[in-house]
Amino acid sequence: MPYIIPVPDEVSQPFWDAVQERRLIVQQCSGCNTLQYPPRATCQDCNSDQLTWKETSGKGHVLTWGVLEDSHLPVRAADQPLNLAVVTLDEDPNINFYSNLPGTPVRQVKVGDAVEVTFVEAPDGSLIHEWKKI
Amino acid sequence: MAIEPDGWQRNREGLGVWPGRGKTAFVGWGMSPVDRRWDGVSFDRTLGEFSKVAARAALADAGLEEKDIDGLFMCPDNMAGANSGPSSQWGPTRPYFDPPYDSEDGLSIVTNNWLLANWPELNANKNIKYAPDNVPAIGAGLGFAAEMVFQGRCEVALYIYTANNMDGRYRRGGTFAAPKAIGGSQWNNVWGANVIDLQLHTTFALTQYCHQYGVDWDEMMYPIVSNEHRNGLMNDWSFYVQNGAAHLTFEDYANSRPITNPAHIWDYDRPVNAVGAFIITTAERAQRLTKHKPVYILNHNQGSGGSARSSCVTLAEYESFQKRVARMVYEGSGLQPKDIDIFNPYDGFSSFLPFSLEAFEWHGVGKGETKDFVNGDISVEGPHPYLSGGGNLGNGRTRTAMYIDSIEQLRGEAGRRQVNTSHETAICAFAPALSANYLVLGNSPS
Repeated sequence: MPYIIPVPDEVSQPFWDAVQERRLIVQQCSGCNTLQYPPRATCQDCNSDQLTWKETSGKGHVLTWGVLEDSHLPVRAADQPLNLAVVTLDEDPNINFYSNLPGTPVRQVKVGDAVEVTFVEAPDGSLIHEWKKI
Repeated sequence: MAIEPDGWQRNREGLGVWPGRGKTAFVGWGMSPVDRRWDGVSFDRTLGEFSKVAARAALADAGLEEKDIDGLFMCPDNMAGANSGPSSQWGPTRPYFDPPYDSEDGLSIVTNNWLLANWPELNANKNIKYAPDNVPAIGAGLGFAAEMVFQGRCEVALYIYTANNMDGRYRRGGTFAAPKAIGGSQWNNVWGANVIDLQLHTTFALTQYCHQYGVDWDEMMYPIVSNEHRNGLMNDWSFYVQNGAAHLTFEDYANSRPITNPAHIWDYDRPVNAVGAFIITTAERAQRLTKHKPVYILNHNQGSGGSARSSCVTLAEYESFQKRVARMVYEGSGLQPKDIDIFNPYDGFSSFLPFSLEAFEWHGVGKGETKDFVNGDISVEGPHPYLSGGGNLGNGRTRTAMYIDSIEQLRGEAGRRQVNTSHETAICAFAPALSANYLVLGNSPS
């Protein structure tokens, strides 16, 4: 599955570094305890720049899903049809992740399916966080 | 001339009724032919030439001449995205031509410099006094032009919007073809969650909606899309009229090519190569013109209703943000949902439509009620003439149908599309997803 390779930036580098260690972390605001993903320079609730990183359980549920059949992204088009799901994090359902649900046959998905984080290899050998049904 | 700072924008709640309410008006509109693509050889069908065709049509519609124009608002927008590959621009992989087609200008974009250089009659009397650069796309751009007329920067504004589509698959090249995801795309493109495929993430807002309210996508969306095609087929300049399309059946729709399932190809508008033009002037000047009744601008908005907290917008977020947009629009116009006769929200992707309909509460439609509403009579002949212009889905991606139809309906000149219901006020927009780029129009300044 030829994933597109993410390019970390200053804010996201710690996140992707953790992924390379097979850990899923999210930002936590020291001021108001808000969790957030994707990472940002400041807290989206209180605008504080005092953000730390919190390890997650790596457990979640499928919020919604569809099937990519004719993607604008030629790199991903090689895998079509392809599951594309939105997964919420159990610690905070306001946080969600995209996932292709590797190992799950196309369309064999239901809203509410339980999932856990896994890590898959990008074409350059780096790791990407993914989710698999449990 | 640089564009004005953002201070002109009406992009948040709490601004009250627009001080310019009813003090400017549409007095003319014009469309070029609507081609699927520029064919690469017909120099009478370039965007540059089409800009002149559309603008002259708008002048004729208004009963004005070139010398009357003192504000030129030429939007140089590259609709396909300048970095999205060969379908978005003619060069640089293909050779340009002799002047005036020795660059992108005039082919995939049109700037005010190109237009003035190649249409000397437009400024023959040195009549153009205001011609800002970087004029916004039509959603914010018409509001910008109205605001500048209201503020006295010009009296008669010509706004021109180009829709480009060159040879090649739309938005498949450039950054879309990149093997790496940079910036914000590291959180979506990696998994194939491209914003275009996801209808600016609205596909997943709508799949959540379908789950929440127990609605089948096709059963809700087909009546909307079909009605738009029907309305577009009653519009002489529509791409589908000019290209002989037939009515869209449920089978056509449901069995059409899936893009991001459950969304089909008919849920996405068709890129075209075309130009639209509009003339806005002061209410006083408009009242002196006799060809048509003025269509007054009662409010304009820009900005956004909000953005997702996480990777993908949730249903609760989408509904909340869209409601904020509706409040902004109603607040600035001084009107309420019950006051709106014509409703032409943006439909570049069909998934936007249930959310705008419910947030604006047009004809009393509330949360989760779209499916029942659109399975009633939403034809232009009936009591709920929803999307009477046919939008992009019914006409092609010109992003002008919603404005043109609203103007025509309020004039009482929409021909076969003319509604049988009251037609004194309209809401129209090029407002993708959670954009607040709306206009409110009325056939009375008050």
